[in-house]
This record gives sequence, C-alpha cells and structure tokens, in this order.
Amino acid sequence: MPPQRSGVRVRVHPLGDTALLAELGTRLDTALNTRAIALAAALQRRRDVRRAVAGHGTVTVQFDPDQITLDALAVAIARLARKRPPVDEPGRLHRIPVVYDGPDLDAVATARGLSPRQVIDLHTRPIYRVFLVGFVPGWAYMGPIADELVLPRRSVPRTHVPAGSVAIAGQETGIYPLASPGGWHLIGRTSVKLFLPDSDPPSLFRAGDRVKFFPSPE
Amino acid sequence: MTPALRVVAPGLLTTVQDAGRPHAMASGVPPGGAMDRFAYQAGNLLVGNDRGAAALECTLRGPRLVALRACLVAITGADLEPRVSGRPVPMWSVFALEEGDELAFGARRLGARAYVAVDGGIAADRWLGSVSTNLMVGRGGMQGRALIAGDVISTGEQKTRTIPGRGLAEAMRPAYADRTLHAVAGPHTSRDSLFDATFQVSPDSNRMGYRLDGRRLEASGDEVLSFGLVAGAVQLPSGGRPILLMADHQTAGGYPVIAVVASASMPVAAQLAPGDEVRFVETTVEKALAMRAAQRSALDSLTS
Repeated sequence: MPPQRSGVRVRVHPLGDTALLAELGTRLDTALNTRAIALAAALQRRRDVRRAVAGHGTVTVQFDPDQITLDALAVAIARLARKRPPVDEPGRLHRIPVVYDGPDLDAVATARGLSPRQVIDLHTRPIYRVFLVGFVPGWAYMGPIADELVLPRRSVPRTHVPAGSVAIAGQETGIYPLASPGGWHLIGRTSVKLFLPDSDPPSLFRAGDRVKFFPSPE
Repeated sequence: MTPALRVVAPGLLTTVQDAGRPHAMASGVPPGGAMDRFAYQAGNLLVGNDRGAAALECTLRGPRLVALRACLVAITGADLEPRVSGRPVPMWSVFALEEGDELAFGARRLGARAYVAVDGGIAADRWLGSVSTNLMVGRGGMQGRALIAGDVISTGEQKTRTIPGRGLAEAMRPAYADRTLHAVAGPHTSRDSLFDATFQVSPDSNRMGYRLDGRRLEASGDEVLSFGLVAGAVQLPSGGRPILLMADHQTAGGYPVIAVVASASMPVAAQLAPGDEVRFVETTVEKALAMRAAQRSALDSLTS
C-alpha cells in the first residue's frame, strides 16, 4: 500500500525579512482551520520560530533570520503540512445573549432583501465555530454565517465601535470585546465579556470553540 | 526597587515600554513595546541595562522629570531638545543626573519619539509578561496609562557599570530625516503600486498604526480571510487609503497586505509624526536582512 498523503500544498509568502505567511488554503473551511492550528502548534515548538499564529487557513510565522533562512523554513513547513491532520475535537460550547438593535441591522436587511426579523433568525440559527482569536484582545472570528447574510466589509472602517457590538462581514460573525476601530456591520450587542484581562490567556473564546447566539430583550 | 524620577510635567504622551508581549498575540493582545526598537535598545545598552529593560517613550513633546537619586540616563530616538537644569545634553550619550537635577525637553527638532533609559531599568506594572503600557486596555507600565504629574518612577538594580560620556556615533544611528521606508512586496496585490507615490501620515495615527493620506490606491478588490499580522505590514482597505501597522497593531485582519516594511526601516517609521511625508521603496528580503545586520552590529558595539 502506498503511504497515505493526506496533507495539503502550502504557499509561503515573505512578510518582510523576519516573518512569513504560510497559506494552506483561502476558503472558509473547518478542516483547513484545524490543519492551520496544528501547523502553528508544531512550528511554535521550533527554536528558530519566535511566534506562529494560526489564521483561518494560514499560519503567520515570525522567525529568527540568524538561525534559519526563509527558504529553509518554507521547506520545513511543507514537510510538516504533509503530515496526517489531527482529529478535530469538538470545542467548548458558549451560549451568547444578543440585543438585536445594531446601527447597521436595517442596512444589512435592505442590502440582502430581508426584514430585520429574518436577519435575526438567520443569525441565531447556526452553531458557529471559532476559527481564530485575534484582531483586538478577545475578538473571535466565527462562522460560517448563512449565505443570505454575506456582505463585504464596509469600504471605510469606523474609527469607533462600542464594546459588545455583535457584527457580521463576509461569511463571518464576531463580537467587539472593546471599543475599537472596525469595518464590520453592527447588528446587535451583548453584555458577555470576551476579554478577561486578569486571566491568562485573557480571552473567553479559544480557536476551535463553538458559539450559539440567542435573542435577548435587553 | 528604588524611586529614581518624579514627574513634574508628563509631556504629550509619555509611557513605559519594553520589548512587548508577543506571545499574547494568540489571545488577540497587541504585541506592543517600544515603537523604535533601535533607539530603545541603544538607550538601555548605553546605561548598562539589558537591551530589553523598560524605558520611557516620550511622544512629540517631552516630560519634565526630577531626579530622586543620582542616576545615569541616556536619551535616544527623536531629538526633543533635552536639557538638564537648563543646560543642553547630548543625544545618544550617557550623562549623570544628581539628586534634584531636572531633566526637561524643548522643541521637537527631529523625529517623534524619544526614549529615556535609566540605569537599572524602569520598574512598573507587569501584564502578560511585559511592563509595556497598553493604553487601549489600560494595562502594564504606570497603571496602564500615560504618565501624569506627580508619578514616581522607580528602577531596578543597576547591572553593569557604565561611564558618563559614552555614546553612539551619528553614522551608526538610523537615518530618521530620510523618511524613506524600505519594504518587501506583500502576499497580496493592488492595481496601483505603493512604491510610486508619496504619502502623508494622517492626524488619526497612533501606536496602533498610521493611516496614510495621498493618492488613493486602487485595491485589487479581493476579500481575504483574516490572518495573523506583523508590525510593518501595509494594509490596503477597499477605500484605497493604506494603513501602516505599528507596535500596538491589531493581531489579525482581513485587508490585503500589499507590502511589509523591512525590520531595519521600522525605527524610521516610528519617528514619523502626523503631517510628515513618507515614501516607500521596494527592496528584497536579502537587502532587508543586510540592513538589519548593520543595525545589529551598531547595537552590538555598545555591549563591548
């Protein structure tokens, strides 16, 4: 029997002179995300890697150019990516109450030919996967959302989005843990705290967790 | 811990910074740390500290500080016209403060961020492994905030003996006045090149990043799934106004990254102030590494 090759092809792009982006895929895909998280964990164990952070289907690697060249690291990454993918354990389930009164709720409904009620129904139906935690402290990229809700990001990001805002963009949904700039469509808000500064790690959600939203009157 | 300096006036924005908390990026916490790592490390090495000790980062207008003990100080980075009890003191050199001496600053002559390194290193609140001040979440450094009048800055134990007068020659410092950032092409493309245009640092720029005004660049229109970001990345939102990510940058994002500034050009980027003109010159990874090596040997010359 030939050896099983269940890995994926990796494209490596330089990010300046001390980092690279390893791209396993460009689609929103749970299996790719599982592979990215495993690859980041394997890379983080290397002495020549300072940091490896998984994206949706990518790993951003900051490395020490005094210990390894970009090309040599790319070869090592290709070898790691050929390994059999890990079994994806179901993550912890979080239930999040949302007041659906966001400033963009009506605009989202109009843009997609829906009523605000339908937007809420579509948003609360799935159990979402946390693909990665990043952007600002405690923010989690979750999805995929219903096709009927998919919209591009705002072309000009807002310079101020209030903490607790529940938002959508592309195939994903998220909650702003802190007041920050942001380019997503704001459809609601929650009182659940996602950023826990006195804990380590300081984030309620972790990559691989599952999240279900439900409507709340206030 | 020994009280070393009392803050008489805080300046515009003076914070405690060190090498940051890069390991916390997986929780979405910005890596933070000194914006100009060259100036920050040089300051520490000049006063005999580890290069990763905490120092003060003074933005645009410096503070007024009174020495509570005799200490050795070096001021690096932006030239904000430092003076001790009214007399000018040289930049990039070690000098002694006697108890009661006042360190103050005058006009901004070059750059945006000056670093005040003190022998023993500054002792302050540690959060997730670093004493860097994160203003967005109000953690680290001086109670998670910029300095205010009346604050007392303490230091750790002095580790190495250093001699007043020791300095770093001008030829070995970054060319701040040049305002040219060498950058490697990024993983994503735009229809207009970043490298053909001159930009201005917008007023809504800060430690998280600089918005760049000037000719709008036509984006490729691609939506990218969010991925981990690095300081120096140039994002291009679909509006066409590039954003240069700095020390307190968001840890992940979905805008195309059209270039990444060479690590050796980041000190120059850190010294840009709102309104300054800046241009990008394309370079290769190999050339960027050569620039990095030159900066490294300049810093290493301070350890011998």
